[in-house]
Amino acid sequence: MTNVLFDAPGPVARRNSLIASIAGGIAILGGLAWVFFTLNAPRGELPGYFDPSRWDIFADPTVWRYIFVAGVWGTLRAALTAAVFAVALGIVFSLLRSAQTAWIRIPTAIVLEFVRGMPVLLMMLFILLVLNTGSFWAVVAALTLYNGALIGEALRAGLASLPRGQREAGLSLGMRPMQSKMLIEFPQAFRQMLPIIIAQLVVLLKDTSLGYIVGYVELLRVNMNQLASFYGNYYLFSFFIVTLVLYLAMNLALSWFARWVAKRTARRTGQKPPNPDEENEELLKGVAKANAEARQMGQGSV
Amino acid sequence: MDAIIDNLDLYLQGFGTTLLLLVVSGLAALVIGTLVAAMRISPVPSLRWFATVYTEFVRNTPLTLVLFFCIFVLPLLDVRLDFVTRAIIGLSVYTSPFVAEALRSGVNGVPVGQAEAARSVGFGFRQTVGLIVLPQAFRMTIPPLINVFIALTKNTSVAGGFFVVELFAVGRTVANARGDQVIPVLLGVAAFYLLITVPLGLLAARLERRWVVQR
Repeated sequence: MTNVLFDAPGPVARRNSLIASIAGGIAILGGLAWVFFTLNAPRGELPGYFDPSRWDIFADPTVWRYIFVAGVWGTLRAALTAAVFAVALGIVFSLLRSAQTAWIRIPTAIVLEFVRGMPVLLMMLFILLVLNTGSFWAVVAALTLYNGALIGEALRAGLASLPRGQREAGLSLGMRPMQSKMLIEFPQAFRQMLPIIIAQLVVLLKDTSLGYIVGYVELLRVNMNQLASFYGNYYLFSFFIVTLVLYLAMNLALSWFARWVAKRTARRTGQKPPNPDEENEELLKGVAKANAEARQMGQGSV
Repeated sequence: MDAIIDNLDLYLQGFGTTLLLLVVSGLAALVIGTLVAAMRISPVPSLRWFATVYTEFVRNTPLTLVLFFCIFVLPLLDVRLDFVTRAIIGLSVYTSPFVAEALRSGVNGVPVGQAEAARSVGFGFRQTVGLIVLPQAFRMTIPPLINVFIALTKNTSVAGGFFVVELFAVGRTVANARGDQVIPVLLGVAAFYLLITVPLGLLAARLERRWVVQR
C-alpha cells in the first residue's frame, strides 16, 4: 500500500530509512533500559524491584498452586460459563432481532441498544444488589448479557451479509421461513462470524477482571489483594508482573486463535472473513449493510 | 425516585467527572494513538515493530489491571499524582491502541487502485495522499473512532472502582445509602451513561450508512 504512494526508494532513501530504523531502535532500547534501571535502582533502604529477594516467594510451589487453583481457575470458570451462555444468548438475540414481525424485532432492538450502551460494571453491580445472586453469578450474568448482545449483533450482521439467493433457494424448496433460517442461513452466518465471536470472547475474558471491583475472587483479586496483602507490600510489584504475564498469556492465546480461525475460514470459503482485530468496524459495516438491505426489501422485490 | 432527586447534585457531579475522564483521556488517547498508528505504517522497521508489540500487549491487558497499576503501583515508583490524573493516564494508555487500529485500518482500507489512479494521472506524493487517500481514509476512520469513544465512555466506570468519584462510584454510594431504592438509583446512573452512548452510537451508524453507500 505505502509504496504505491511514492516511487520505489532509491539508495539514498533506503539508507535514510535504515538510519532512521537504527536510531529508532536505539531510542526504544534506551527507553526500555531506562525503565529497567529505574525499577532496579534501590528504593531508599530497600533493594530494587528486580532484586531476587523480592521474587523468592515464587520458588514456593504453594504460591503457584494458590494462584492457579484460586486465581486462574476463578477467572477461567467465570469466563467459560459466561462464554457458553453469551453465545447461546447471542443466537437468540440475532434470531429475535432479524424476525419478520415488527413487535418482536423492535423491542429486541431497544433492549440490545440499552444493554450495549451500559457499562458492564454497572450491570454487575445491578445484578449483585438487586437480584442478590452472589458475586460469581453477578459477574457471569452481566458478562453474558453484554457480550450476548454484541455477539447477537455480529450474527445478525452475518445473516444480513449472506446473498439473498440463499434464503430464496430455501423458500423455493418449500421450507418454512424459520426452517430456511435455521438450516440454510444460520450455519453460514455463524461460520462467517466465528472470528468476531472469538474476538468478543477475548473481551469477555478480559472483563472478568471487573469482578475484582464487585468482590468476585479471580486472578486479580487473588494475586493483588489476597496474596499481596499476605506477603506484604514488599512483593506487590512482583505480584503485579506475574498477574500481567498470566493475563497476557491467556488473552494472547485466545486472540491468536481468533486470527487462526479467520485465516482458516478464508481458506475454506474463499471469501474474506471479518478481521477479528477490527471487530467494531466489521460490526458497523455489517449492520450498515443489513440496514441498507432492509430498506431495499421494504421497497419490495421479494 | 426521590433518592435520585435528593442526590441529583451528586449525580451531576459524578456525571461531570465522567465527562472529564472521557474528554481528557479521549484526547490523550487520540494523540498517543495517532503516534502509534504513524509508527505502525511508517517505513522504519524498528518503529513498526515497536508499535505492533505495544498494540498487541496493551490490547490484551485488562483495563482493571491497567488502572490497578496506575492507582496502586505508580505510588511505589514515587509518582505523586491525584487519583483522577492517574485514572486518566490509565484510560488513555488503554484506549490508545484501539484508536491506532481504527486509524490504521482506515488508511489501509483505501483500495490500492485509488492511489494507483492518482499516480497514473501524474499526482505526486503530496497530492496523492492529500487529495485522494486521506479524504477517503478520514471517512472510513470516523465511525470506528466514535465506537472507540463509546467504549471509553463505558470504561470510565472502571475508574469508579479505584477511588475516582464518577457516575458509577456515585451510584454505588447512593445505592448503599438507600437500600430501599436500589433499582431506581442504578437505573438513574444507567440513564446518564445512555445519554452519552446512545447519541454517539446513532451518529456512528448514520455516518457509516451515509458513507458506505458511496463507494
